[in-house]
Amino acid sequence: MNILVCISKAPDTTSKIAFKDGNTKFDETGVQYIVNPYDEWYALVRALELKESNGGNVTIITVGTAADEAVIRKALAIGADDAVRIDVNPVDAFEVASQIASYAKENNYDLILTGKETIDFNGSQVGSMIAESLDLPYVALASKLDLNGQTLRLEQEISGGIQVLEVNYPAVVSCAKGMAEQRIPNMRGIMAARTKPLKVVPAYASETYTSFESFSLPEAKKAVKLIDPNNMDELVSLLHNEAKVI
Amino acid sequence: MSILVYISGEHAGAKASHEAVTYAKKLGSDVVVVASGNSSDLADLGTYGASKVLVDANVSDADSRQITALVAKAVEATGADTIIFSHDLISKAVAPRLSVRLKAGLVSGAVALPEGDKIKVNVFSGKAFGYVTVKTAKKIIALLPNSISPEATGSACPVENFDAGTGNAAVKVVDKKIPEGEVPLPEAEVVVSAGRGLKGPENWGMVEELAKLLGAATACSRPVADIGWRPHHEHVGQTGLAIRPNLYIAIGISGAIQHLAGVNGSKTIVVINTDPEAPFFKAADYGVVGDAFEVVPKLIEAVKKFKG
Ligand SMILES: Cc1cc2nc3c(=O)[nH]c(=O)nc-3n(C[C@H](O)[C@H](O)[C@H](O)COP(=O)(O)OP(=O)(O)OC[C@H]3O[C@@H](n4cnc5c(N)ncnc54)[C@H](O)[C@@H]3O)c2cc1C
Repeated sequence: MNILVCISKAPDTTSKIAFKDGNTKFDETGVQYIVNPYDEWYALVRALELKESNGGNVTIITVGTAADEAVIRKALAIGADDAVRIDVNPVDAFEVASQIASYAKENNYDLILTGKETIDFNGSQVGSMIAESLDLPYVALASKLDLNGQTLRLEQEISGGIQVLEVNYPAVVSCAKGMAEQRIPNMRGIMAARTKPLKVVPAYASETYTSFESFSLPEAKKAVKLIDPNNMDELVSLLHNEAKVI
Repeated sequence: MSILVYISGEHAGAKASHEAVTYAKKLGSDVVVVASGNSSDLADLGTYGASKVLVDANVSDADSRQITALVAKAVEATGADTIIFSHDLISKAVAPRLSVRLKAGLVSGAVALPEGDKIKVNVFSGKAFGYVTVKTAKKIIALLPNSISPEATGSACPVENFDAGTGNAAVKVVDKKIPEGEVPLPEAEVVVSAGRGLKGPENWGMVEELAKLLGAATACSRPVADIGWRPHHEHVGQTGLAIRPNLYIAIGISGAIQHLAGVNGSKTIVVINTDPEAPFFKAADYGVVGDAFEVVPKLIEAVKKFKG
């Protein structure tokens, strides 16, 4: 089974979020980039598990600049066989998706996996857009993915419950918590990653539909009001009369 | 301006659906709802501003291609230039597809009505806001739950059959288990959440009792879900669910930056923690420095007294 895993970079979860140039750009000063956790922990690891039990190949793909190659090497160290970088600094999810879809059209994959969303833009758009561009079925936020012949058996968490789905592949799936356990790359993986193939593909023609004009930070909270642990009546009364939330 | 709202029949009675229709009504004069799957709650969407509901009972909520075809057909029939979704599991599968199909820019995670041509969205998992513009003639907006209050000002509207002829579903639902009587976390107005400070899964009884009294959903920090004390779907934060309830009560949670990312959109935050230095107090409106095992039972008694 040939699997394509879409990887995005994302700022490390402890990064200070700040903006520059009149709040129009994310300030990358001091920001460390990581593989977007959903892409790494769930999509990539599940792809590797499927390869380990069924054979095949796991290719990772990212749409980005040469600066993203450190993140690509990290994903290779975890175990992907090879990598593709499409040389575009993307503006929106549609541009990312159309680049990946153009590449996938030229190279047949049985399964295309993405993470459920990136932790910076939280759009949850790329997988579904790839699926539409390739006219494939799409399942969002799967928390389990198993293979049964030509059929994928998937689980999704819905309103506190579980829904089990079946669909024949080829298909596109976005991966959420539950699907796999995080893998820490070992020394051998890190060494091997240095020589694994990384193909740089020139940009395909594509459009953009949306753009981020500016950003803002939430208003700073007022100082916390401390309440005596022996006076929960006061807390309840404040929640009712002051905050008006109960 | 003609606005189309997609609603799943199954969720027609949910607050998030009422919010989506209310949002649409504030954007334009004529609001039409297109629904997959029939439900007796659909006519009631007129109360929130829909002039009619077009329903195709043969479309499966699990198949994004079928729903995309249905909504695209309804766009054609109504001439709508703006399509509204509630940013939930179904819309995450459908809205991006529709964006490609209609060449319509998609703005997901909107938290407010557009200001001029800019739409405010949640980014960096709730740590910041972005202002997005759409370059295409048609646009799609996926609204985060709890971003605006539903307004019931109208009356029930007609529900018409709308056969989009979408064929068979490729994605089949083979099983579905939903526990009865639980408040779904993404749209809960009150959330009671607990962390590693509770020491073990056997101590969640008081959390559930408090939640029940307040009509709240329960949530937890990531390590608690990772060790299996609580189910994964309760995990909130940067790598879990991002929620924005009116009231978030955090018990025995330190308030790590990754946890705060998913909850700092809450209107009011109450923190109960033994450690006065816990970072969560900086993000809290009300704080109680104390042992959860003493404070929570007292809070339960106080809520009982208040509810009479
Ligand atoms: C990439 C990445 C992503 C992450 N994503 C998330 C995420 O999405 N969500 C998330 O929650 N975390 C996330 N984390 C983990 C996060 O950094 C913290 O480790 C986690 O939130 C801590 O959980 P906790 O507060 O329950 O536990 P702890 O940090 O152990 O805190 C327990 C708290 O309970 C208090 N306490 C102890 N006993 C009592 C008592 N009897 N009564 C009252 N209070 C008591 C303590 O003072 C302490 O503040 C992520 C981490 C990384 C690296």
